[in-house]
Amino acid sequence: MIDRTNRIAFQTIVTKEIVRFLRIWPQTLLPPVITMTLYFVIFGSLIGKQIGDMDGFTYMQYIVPGLVMMSMMTNSYANVATSFFGTKFQRNVDEMLIAPISTWVILLGFVVGGTLRGLLVGILVVIIALFFTHLQIHHVFVMLSVALLAAVLFALAGFTNGLFADKFDDVSIVPTFVITPLTYLGGVFYSIDMLPPFWEHLSKLNPILYMVNAFRYGILGVSDINIVWAMLIIFSFTVGLFIFNLKLLEKGYGVRS
Amino acid sequence: MAALTVENLKKTYANGVQALRGINFTVEQGDFFALLGPNGAGKSTTIGIITSLVNKTAGSVSVFGHDIDMDLRGAKKHIGLVPQEFNFNIFETVMQVIVNQAGYYGVPAKIALERAEWYLNKLGLWEKRDTPTRLLSGGMKRRLMIVRALLHDPELLILDEPTAGVDIELRRSMWDFLKEMNERGKTIILTTHYLEEAEYLCRNIAIIDNGSLITHTNMRHLLDSLHTETFILYLENNVHDVPQLEGFSAYLTDPKTLSVDVSQEQQMNVLFEQLSQQGIKVLSMRNKANRLEELFIRMTAKEKPHD
Repeated sequence: MIDRTNRIAFQTIVTKEIVRFLRIWPQTLLPPVITMTLYFVIFGSLIGKQIGDMDGFTYMQYIVPGLVMMSMMTNSYANVATSFFGTKFQRNVDEMLIAPISTWVILLGFVVGGTLRGLLVGILVVIIALFFTHLQIHHVFVMLSVALLAAVLFALAGFTNGLFADKFDDVSIVPTFVITPLTYLGGVFYSIDMLPPFWEHLSKLNPILYMVNAFRYGILGVSDINIVWAMLIIFSFTVGLFIFNLKLLEKGYGVRS
Repeated sequence: MAALTVENLKKTYANGVQALRGINFTVEQGDFFALLGPNGAGKSTTIGIITSLVNKTAGSVSVFGHDIDMDLRGAKKHIGLVPQEFNFNIFETVMQVIVNQAGYYGVPAKIALERAEWYLNKLGLWEKRDTPTRLLSGGMKRRLMIVRALLHDPELLILDEPTAGVDIELRRSMWDFLKEMNERGKTIILTTHYLEEAEYLCRNIAIIDNGSLITHTNMRHLLDSLHTETFILYLENNVHDVPQLEGFSAYLTDPKTLSVDVSQEQQMNVLFEQLSQQGIKVLSMRNKANRLEELFIRMTAKEKPHD
């Protein structure tokens, strides 16, 4: 049972996070909208017409779920990584550490803030996509649960990054050198069925592939991988990363001397 | 009841620096307590452990009966901290900083706003409530730190150099405010490098040096232990040789400034009689340092050979 102090503290952290990303909307909400519009114009409308259908859908329709998922993941991640690191860097994380809040409330507050930004960006990208193509959602529950789980998972990963980061460069290294390449290789723009067997098997080690495909299944009803297996993997990573972050924060890693 | 009990507290940092070597002290409820020591003595580490920002190596800390190992949340509820460094979010306004801090302690926004209005008016910050904190002056930031620490109505207020860099007029108004808070029942622990501040405000004192406790006593008792004070006398005319003053130790700082050590048993009249007899006229005089400063320097200097 969550007590009053924890409840109000949780509301405070989440509100603070929402106010933060809305206050700096030209940095947080506008860039993914512009970037995704360019993707839709270039890959969907221009190049997509040359590619033709994929799994029974136009190329534009095929890439929309992947691009929405990519936006949600990167924004959830970036929100928590930069916000938590900024809090750590300015030492105002001390305000929370000295307060009688349970550690999980601090973690959950930041993660919910990041998740909400990810989902908001996802909604904006879907709205942009509807200007270019029509979408008929096949499995609403799958689509929503994958979107939520993926946003939470990447918010948690952002928190891990924020905890380990010592300088602002450390916050951008992981997205640049790990998340972006894995996302591009995670089936956003193609079906792994098109790959040679070796690369197809190697792709299955990429966790982002499961999120992109599960989300695509929710919207289009097609997927390169087993949907139950995908959901289990995403859920397991989410729980594992939550516990990992909680243990680090309880030990005071990166925030206590 | 003890507001704070620290027993055999030790801290060794990962780099091997032994910041605390087993210190013990108690702060009674309602006390105004000075925790003093030179730079690097271990004061901030002690405060860090009490407030859970630093993990201790050994020992125990108890806040109003809540052991921080057994009931950390219980202990935290009683503490308000004014840290040495400004650490609020520079993009947030004064009011946002305050309401957020209150929220972390479970204080609903409505109550936080009422309290904020009272404290901000009291400390002359109400007009700045919608100003981003980065635009405040140093003195305003210091006052905001105090307001922030008080919003959840803590019983124990810990102030780590709260008046650093603040002009004397503002410092004195902050002293009055802190005295009022203490009279209203708050237990206050103060670390400061302005020793006249500690002498003026505090009733009990602990001095730490090199991670060890040198003294832990009543302020008056400590000041009474100062047997000798040095007075600076400003002379009307130049004097080239140190005057012979029976029973007093004296030296010239310059031809018109004479320093004289006077013990508690000696009378100033005797000193002035001797100076008059030698035709030396004194225009004015002052203490070389305030009494606590004198003691502090002697006590910490005494410890240096053991470092």
